[in-house]
Amino acid sequence: MSGLFVRPASLDEALAVHQQHGGRLAVIAGGTDLLVGWNLAHAPMPGCMDISGLQELQSIEIGADTVTIGAGVSCARIAAHAGIAADFPMLVECARQTGSIAIQNRATLAGNIMNASPAADNPPALLAYGAKITLASVRGTRCVDYDRFHVGYKRTVAAADELLTAITLPRGAAGRVHFHCKVGTRRAQAISKVALAALIEWDGDRLQSSRFAFASMAPVPLLARSLSDRLAGSRRGELRRDAIDAALAVDLQPIDDIRSTALYRRRVAKNLVIAALDAR
Amino acid sequence: MMQMAFSLNGRRVDGEFDPAQRLLDFLRIERDLTGTKEGCGEGECGACAVLIDGTLVNSCLVLLGQVQGRVLLSIEGIATDDPLLESFASSGATQCGICTPGMVIAARALLDRIPDPTLDQVREALAGNLCRCTGYTRIYDAVLNASAMALPAAAPPVGAGGSA
Repeated sequence: MSGLFVRPASLDEALAVHQQHGGRLAVIAGGTDLLVGWNLAHAPMPGCMDISGLQELQSIEIGADTVTIGAGVSCARIAAHAGIAADFPMLVECARQTGSIAIQNRATLAGNIMNASPAADNPPALLAYGAKITLASVRGTRCVDYDRFHVGYKRTVAAADELLTAITLPRGAAGRVHFHCKVGTRRAQAISKVALAALIEWDGDRLQSSRFAFASMAPVPLLARSLSDRLAGSRRGELRRDAIDAALAVDLQPIDDIRSTALYRRRVAKNLVIAALDAR
Repeated sequence: MMQMAFSLNGRRVDGEFDPAQRLLDFLRIERDLTGTKEGCGEGECGACAVLIDGTLVNSCLVLLGQVQGRVLLSIEGIATDDPLLESFASSGATQCGICTPGMVIAARALLDRIPDPTLDQVREALAGNLCRCTGYTRIYDAVLNASAMALPAAAPPVGAGGSA
């Protein structure tokens, strides 16, 4: 296994190198997804740019209104961060379920986003919390709503020469219901058959607002927008299962694959929504 | 090739190496450190576990170029009097032996962080290490026993040390 290996010393250098190579270098941080693919392919390693040494991407900033997580921050650091846990417990749980400890020590949130697997562990929490992501290139920097980032199977709005540099989460979700559940073959290290992260705001018995984010239920990690529209303003106890079914039929496009079936996924997705609505 | 310097099992390594090779292949092929095993090659089994700056990683998922300036520990760098070695032997925690180096490394990472872990903490720490022989119970016992062996003995009673 051998190929071009570039290790820029700064973010500016990384952006310049990325652009010079026309965005064709594989961008590697933890390597926990990329190297699996390369090892299984038994092919020469493609050229890559290692950003794991960039200190600029390693910060976690707790601001008054937002928390910003650098693209190089590992799942292990997120899982152990009390400041993140206080506002975003579902993100901490997702990070703790991203493979084994050896994987969490290397895997980054940014890699989990940019690899763009519909079964990725962390995107449901990021979607539920309304994350924004920062994309940078030599042309400049822009901020994108994460719920508009994935546009097709393994396709995103990121241009070839852009790097994801940070993930920003709005604070203020305290007092809402945070419900996360990953359903896999076993608890440790399984890839999800279905996963849901739901953030629900109740005003007494009335459902004020909700965000239901699924993994493994469509070609992309996605928000069930029809479901949230359908549920808005409902009272506890008046939420009808057939209405949930109808909304999920619009939002989700599960498939039969090696891990599960579309039928099973639909049933479990509905059950998870009901459990989220029952959660306090 | 890339000019590199890093620490491996307490010794400085300096030289020109292919940065795009897996750390696992560098250890086994270039350094003849074959205690680190390749099981799955995809981060599922933990047989290739090593420590980078004291942090547990799978060396099949690390490129050599990424360890520039780091401190590496493979199974060959574990102290010969590490209580884990005696404990794995006396607890019957080793059968075919393929998983053992990775198990010992993962257990060392745990005990460095939590010297007196609970069974649940041991189970979580070793969840990324697969064994197809023992059924795990004896491995968990070995880690718990090693933790007990390594804990400092209770402080001697006041006055037991003789006159000062």
